[in-house]
Amino acid sequence: MTTLYDKLGGAAAIDQAVDIFYRKMLADDRVSGFFDDTDMDRQIAKQKAFLTMVFGGPNKYTGKDMRSGHAHLVARGLNDKHVDIVIEHLGGTLKELGAADADIAAVAAIANGARDDVLNR
Amino acid sequence: MTAHISLSGSKFAIEDGETVLECLTRNGVHVPHACCAGVCQSCLMRATDGEIPAAAQAGLKPTYVNQGLFLTCQCKPVGDMTLCPVGGGELDVPVQVADRVMLNHNVLCLRLGLEKDFVCEPGQYITLKNRAGVARSYSVANDPESDGYMELHIRLFPGGLMSDFLRTEAEVGAQMIIRGPAGNCFYVSDDAGQFPIVLAGTGTGLAPLYGIVRRALAKGHTGPIRLFHGALREADLYLVEQLKRVQGVHGNFSYIPCVLEGEAGRYYSCGHIEDMVMASLAGDKQAIRLFLCGAPEFVKSLKQKAFLAGVRSSHIHSDAFLPTKNVATAA
Ligand SMILES: Cc1cc2nc3c(=O)[nH]c(=O)nc-3n(C[C@H](O)[C@H](O)[C@H](O)COP(=O)(O)OP(=O)(O)OC[C@H]3O[C@@H](n4cnc5c(N)ncnc54)[C@H](O)[C@@H]3O)c2cc1C
Ligand code: FES
Repeated sequence: MTTLYDKLGGAAAIDQAVDIFYRKMLADDRVSGFFDDTDMDRQIAKQKAFLTMVFGGPNKYTGKDMRSGHAHLVARGLNDKHVDIVIEHLGGTLKELGAADADIAAVAAIANGARDDVLNR
Repeated sequence: MTAHISLSGSKFAIEDGETVLECLTRNGVHVPHACCAGVCQSCLMRATDGEIPAAAQAGLKPTYVNQGLFLTCQCKPVGDMTLCPVGGGELDVPVQVADRVMLNHNVLCLRLGLEKDFVCEPGQYITLKNRAGVARSYSVANDPESDGYMELHIRLFPGGLMSDFLRTEAEVGAQMIIRGPAGNCFYVSDDAGQFPIVLAGTGTGLAPLYGIVRRALAKGHTGPIRLFHGALREADLYLVEQLKRVQGVHGNFSYIPCVLEGEAGRYYSCGHIEDMVMASLAGDKQAIRLFLCGAPEFVKSLKQKAFLAGVRSSHIHSDAFLPTKNVATAA
């Protein structure tokens, strides 16, 4: 089965997607506060790993990474509402890249699957 | 399970969330360090045994990674590690102060003679060390390979350890040590050198940008190149005449000094460098390559603004001149 990652064009597509996605996140003041004290280059590298995972590409993400990577944000109030916003922007990004609705739904499902790890529940 | 680090016959327990640098410093072991942010590479050590977390080797050259070198300030051990200090001769390159001249009231131009070949791109940075072991990062303002010397622009801070050393002890002929280079802030000519380049720096952030501009022009870059230099007052600008001359010779290069507390009607622009750079980012933002250097807040803020305005993240190259952060020593 070809993954969405392959359909979109692999690593090159991730480079394009991460710019669109991260721009949406930074421009959205419901979530932009979580990025205030982070270095943009490191953030971009992390977002690339995240997008590669939810698009079904080769990745080394584990639930444990998800937990430790977000624990400090949960302490600052990260909750379900913010995860919904991430999923919303993922969908918007994929639409701009011309992905089909079914693929967008599949990505949303993968991202949803990480919800409990991200929120450290 | 508590991780331990072994070094020269001593064993230290890592406390919760602690880095190797913090642990050693807490135990009275002196490890040189400066930025504590994984940038300056002054805190390198070698692991002879144990797992090195990936974050502790991010940004290191492959030859360093293969030798088991890692950044102690970024290393939170995941298990026991055996370390050894990095021996003097292996990474250190001896240099000699060849020339020193003030470029304005507080910026020193230091030229270092190289005894060995030292390959680096103008715009990368090196670690400069003095006899007392103080190590600080400085950006390379020229092409050492073709010039035969390395040029640094160093702002002298009153009370700064390296600043004071350079002010009082680094006479012509004095021996110093460099290491490196590191960093991704340099000119790469692809696309036949036609892309637009925008460079913006505050203070000695001009050093790497000056190197990058000259390298781009030497490589025959044909796209427009705009250099913004931000200063608080006119007296804080430097290399003004040289840059005006380059502008006279190269039709595609423009030099825009920006003075925050300036007077209207002079050769420079009055106002905030960020606003001027943003106003210049018109047209096809996808093609622009942006180089940002200098004060960390400036670099961070402009990077984000330019990215949100549509500049591609892979086209933004930057070096924030992070100040020294001292780690707590044994009480
Ligand atoms: C990647 C990188 C590249 C760099 N490139 C350059 C370069 O090309 N040219 C250059 O001049 N510097 C550059 N720096 C900064 C440089 O490494 C030192 O931080 C700086 O020279 C101060 O060192 P010092 O030993 O003189 O002062 P320190 O001993 O580190 O500081 C002591 C005191 O000096 C004063 N001081 C130091 N830094 C600042 C500051 N930023 N603002 C206000 N007060 C300060 C403070 O009072 C401070 O307490 C770079 C830094 C990095 C991380
Ligand atoms: S990289 Fe470790 S102190 Fe700068």
